[in-house]
Amino acid sequence: MEVGYPVLSVIIFVPIVGGALMTLIPRYMEGLLKVVALVITLATFVLSLPLFTHFDKSTHMMQFVERKEWISQFGIQYYVGVDGISVLLILLSAITGILCVLISWNAIREKVKEFYIAILLIEGAMIGVFASLDFFLFYIFWEAMLIPMYLIIGVWGGPRRVYAAIKFFLYTLIGSVLMLVGIIVLYKKAGTFNVLQMHDLHLPYRVQMWLFWAFLAAFAVKVPMWPVHTWLPDAHTEAPTAGSVILAAILIKMGAYGFLRFMLPILPDATKDMIPLLMGLSVVAIIYGAVVCLAQTDLKRLIAYSSVSHMGFVTLGIFALNQQGLEGGILQMINHGIVTGALFLCVGIVYERTHSRQIADYGGLASVMPVYAGFFMLFTLASIGLPGLNGFIGEFLILLGAFKAKTLAAVLAATGIIIGAAYMLWLYQRVFFNEVNEKIRNLEPMEFKEAITLLILAIFVLWIGVYPNTFLSFMHPSVSHLLEQIQRATPEAAVAVNMTTEPQGIIGLLGSSGGL
Amino acid sequence: MIPLHWYLWLGSVVFCIGMAGFLMRRNIIIMFLSIELMLNGVNINLVALSHYMQDLRGQVLTLMVIAVAAAEAAVGLAIVIALFRNRPTVHVDEITEMKG
Amino acid sequence: MEYVLWIPLLPLIAFWVNILLGKGVLRGQAHWPSVLAVGGSMVLAVRVLFDVIHGQTMNQDIYTWILSDNFRVSVGFLIDQLTAVMLIVVTTVSFLVHVYSIGYMHGDKGYPRYFAYLSLFTFSMLMLVMSNNFLQLYFGWEAVGLCSYLLIGYWYEKRSASDAGKKAFIVNRFGDFGFGLGVILIFVTFGSLHYMPVFERAPEFISRTVNIYGLEVNLITLIALLLFCGAVGKSAQLPLHVWLPDAMEGPTPVSALIHAATMVTAGVFMVARCSPIYDLSPTAMAVVAVVGGVTALFAATIALVQNDIKRVIAYSTISQLGYMFLACGVGAYSAGIFHLYTHAYFKALLFLCAGSVMHAMAGELDMQKMGGLKRYMPVTYWTMLVASLSISGIPGLAGFFSKDEILFSAYAAGGVGRVVWVLGTLAALLTAFYSFRLIYLTFHGEFRGTEEQRHHLHESPPVMTVPLILLCIGAVGAGWVGIPEILGGKNHFGEFLSPVLRHPHYEVSHAEEWMTMALSVTVAVVGIVVATVFYIKDTSIPVRLARRFPFIYRVLWNKYYVDEFYNLIVVRPTLFVANSIIEGFTDRKVIEGIVNGLPAFVGWLGAQMRKVQNGVLQHYGMIMATGVFVILALLLVKVLGG
Repeated sequence: MEVGYPVLSVIIFVPIVGGALMTLIPRYMEGLLKVVALVITLATFVLSLPLFTHFDKSTHMMQFVERKEWISQFGIQYYVGVDGISVLLILLSAITGILCVLISWNAIREKVKEFYIAILLIEGAMIGVFASLDFFLFYIFWEAMLIPMYLIIGVWGGPRRVYAAIKFFLYTLIGSVLMLVGIIVLYKKAGTFNVLQMHDLHLPYRVQMWLFWAFLAAFAVKVPMWPVHTWLPDAHTEAPTAGSVILAAILIKMGAYGFLRFMLPILPDATKDMIPLLMGLSVVAIIYGAVVCLAQTDLKRLIAYSSVSHMGFVTLGIFALNQQGLEGGILQMINHGIVTGALFLCVGIVYERTHSRQIADYGGLASVMPVYAGFFMLFTLASIGLPGLNGFIGEFLILLGAFKAKTLAAVLAATGIIIGAAYMLWLYQRVFFNEVNEKIRNLEPMEFKEAITLLILAIFVLWIGVYPNTFLSFMHPSVSHLLEQIQRATPEAAVAVNMTTEPQGIIGLLGSSGGL
Repeated sequence: MIPLHWYLWLGSVVFCIGMAGFLMRRNIIIMFLSIELMLNGVNINLVALSHYMQDLRGQVLTLMVIAVAAAEAAVGLAIVIALFRNRPTVHVDEITEMKG
Repeated sequence: MEYVLWIPLLPLIAFWVNILLGKGVLRGQAHWPSVLAVGGSMVLAVRVLFDVIHGQTMNQDIYTWILSDNFRVSVGFLIDQLTAVMLIVVTTVSFLVHVYSIGYMHGDKGYPRYFAYLSLFTFSMLMLVMSNNFLQLYFGWEAVGLCSYLLIGYWYEKRSASDAGKKAFIVNRFGDFGFGLGVILIFVTFGSLHYMPVFERAPEFISRTVNIYGLEVNLITLIALLLFCGAVGKSAQLPLHVWLPDAMEGPTPVSALIHAATMVTAGVFMVARCSPIYDLSPTAMAVVAVVGGVTALFAATIALVQNDIKRVIAYSTISQLGYMFLACGVGAYSAGIFHLYTHAYFKALLFLCAGSVMHAMAGELDMQKMGGLKRYMPVTYWTMLVASLSISGIPGLAGFFSKDEILFSAYAAGGVGRVVWVLGTLAALLTAFYSFRLIYLTFHGEFRGTEEQRHHLHESPPVMTVPLILLCIGAVGAGWVGIPEILGGKNHFGEFLSPVLRHPHYEVSHAEEWMTMALSVTVAVVGIVVATVFYIKDTSIPVRLARRFPFIYRVLWNKYYVDEFYNLIVVRPTLFVANSIIEGFTDRKVIEGIVNGLPAFVGWLGAQMRKVQNGVLQHYGMIMATGVFVILALLLVKVLGG
């Protein structure tokens, strides 16, 4: 089972160091820059494969753990490891990195060097986020990811890129700052930044409640949950294709991952009390996101709003707090990453040719680009949850879990599936069917590179749809352990509620162990 | 022996004259002079109290203030000259480039 | 019986072959993989039938599909009598339609795509009927829906076709909403989704109720009704029937295969498959029977006045599906499946004949522009006539036996059964009438089309007529396996299915059985005679009737305005909410208002603060002096006060 190198550190730092070294390549050697970026992402992916092959699926314990003292005065460590919840997300990040490089090959023509460096930095930071087991380290990666993403939207984006980039940055920053406060409070309580130790913290109820709101702010913005979702359509729409893919595939998963890794195990009692709210918001997101899609005239905006709806499913599953819901939620994170990522890739492919994102500028595309139409159909179907494709497995498990937890939520969420079919098929009809629009009659067929990127994702769509156990089997022990953690905390917290009779605001909370 | 409070009054009056000049005059050179007056008002106070309390630290501080005032005058006048080269005026109402 | 795996696998392989090689390599030969695959499946299905007749059944998992905690569901096959019948129906009709399509679709630019879809459909339908659990059933259920969507919208450059495909998918989603919840409820109740454990344990829950906002609902009834929602959508029953007539936008062989013989009967199959659940809930049974009976009559009335040849047959299909549900609803599942089986042949035949007519008429669908085609296309005429006689219920033909068994079962079941029996008998009258109206308008009288069309008229090539003749044999003889005892036969069909489907025994006298049979034959004959009078003897009668009862005519012509009604209460409000309220107001104004409002407020605050920094040195000095003064004053107060 042993791997000859520290897998996690290697795959975090190969892209980061690689990106740094790329600064040494002169900017006029664009071909070389692209090849080097591709090689780095490919290498990262290959190096990450032991996570898939050597992962021990029988335990919930952290694996591939690396632990080094870093800033010992504050108990900050360089501490990374994976379990069944994070391992798939890391693999997804590694694959996304490759796709982003491939899809930007012709699309990015200005500041090529900086673009690929930004992509590589993001990739390293994404993997770091999912691998960190030290809260301080996590926060660094979490914020580090923001900067290149901000640049990608703001520099290589569409006409309203600056507005979108600033909106994206501020939205996320407001959430993260509150999380930072929460992290510091947790440090004061736990005396360490070690996340696993925090899991056993059993905080008093009031403290949990305050921290809950702080973390909710950070993660809900990232997911994004309703009603803090409006950065997403703008960011997606204005970002270049690679940026949209990263946003859809990975970045918004970080919020849901935060719920799983931090909120549920550290603040179980507060979270449990807030389940009605959280499930309610999820259901609203599902239906609201789907209905808004019906009103969109912009391809990317529509897919962005569909993300809001699909992420509503993810959070619904997570907050169902049972095995099926959680596993469905995690799988749906992967599925959404693949499918929505693929849809953005698809939009990028035609955008390259027409420079229009308006649905009305298309029509009859199936006659012009039949292979492309086939791929798009596959991803559309996966997005609306056709059984046999990946979306169905996740949605079904989520609905099953939600049905057990709160029947009404599942019933309402299921209506989102009807609307989902409506807006996606309507979109497909307007773009691919009907008379061929004169503007697009002479589009070039898909290139080999583009077909390869879509093919990779299509394989996963079918694979997860037909044999999801390959992926579900990673999760079982970790998810049941997570559920145990949530259940176990109950009795002590009930006592804690009774003990904290004195009103104790945020100031008292911070001051109780010496203040800041 | 002149009582202490005479010195203090003198210092206060010099200071107030300086302040009034600073606030009311528009000529930047005059404003500089007014600032010098304010500083000297303080100096008088410091020296008087130093003598009265038999503590030399007051006089040391006064020397310090004089040194700072000299430096300030040098820098300030340099700025004025630089300004004057660009804009032929010493009237502060017309120099509002630092408006936020 | 491991070989059953190949039955769905062959069409799946053909699908992939056609998708990957069709466009580049096979082109005009793209039918080969599909036809061979479905032919192979057909042979294997026959083998299955013989194995099952010899008492071999099978219920085996292939692999675990989804596993999560206590949720485990497999991909697996259940081969029993019901499956065997369905396999025969699906593979034979599918095979003939494949062959027919070679001629019908010849020269179409999407030829390989067409056959790929057909193969995918066959695969999905086979997965559906062979499944041994609800989730795989759901897979097949949705996958056939997908193929239906793809094939309805096959000529996607036509706006009406792509609209119809979309409509079919979305309307079906409404039904599947209930179906999916039903599947989930089954798992939550029984802890399994495999048929056998669920059916075995169902009686334990017979008196269990669930509370839905104060309303006590029987759990089994709830499950049964939720599942039935799916059947209503898939089998185009009231009130979700609206997609099927529009589905006629697809190529005609597709209408024959998917929208007549196989996919739309999936709902009936599902109810029959779940008969152990439905049997426990009289309420659900009554709902099934009434929906079936009402739909049978409702659709038949619309078919009376339509002029589009395919739409008449489509409404006829809806009506006949109503019969099948009616049968299931009164507990006569085997009668329902019997009708499913005979209907598959005569209805597929009707559609393929209609396709043959269209082929000759260069795509013309309006019966008012046809007439007198008998001379030009004798094979089509005679086969279609046989199919019409069969659907009308003329003794000796397939439709007679199954329809008679249904009506008799309904009558004999009593209670709700008597009501739906009346509905069914009335519908039988109308069925005979509109079927012969179609025959007369199309094949008799004078040709009413253009001169150019007349010049073009010809009989279809053998590749199309041979399937017609083969199906015609089915339309005649398919019923002979289920001749009722009263006619001196032995109901082999019902007996064959009896291990799976409870076969009710009725306490009804022979006289009553004769009475129902005589009545159904009488109404069939009356229907045909009236049609003859209206459309052969005195063709002015229909026009006069329409003038006499303009309101009724208009309502029927406009299909009871159901589409318009849905447009008014579902489509438009949803789009209005989406555009004006959620997107226009909530998202753009409220949420974005707050989001953009906050920075705007901060900006405004900054602008206000900025005014202090006016660049006038004296102002700064003044403020500073004031500040110093205030601090001094405070200190003074403190010193003096302290």
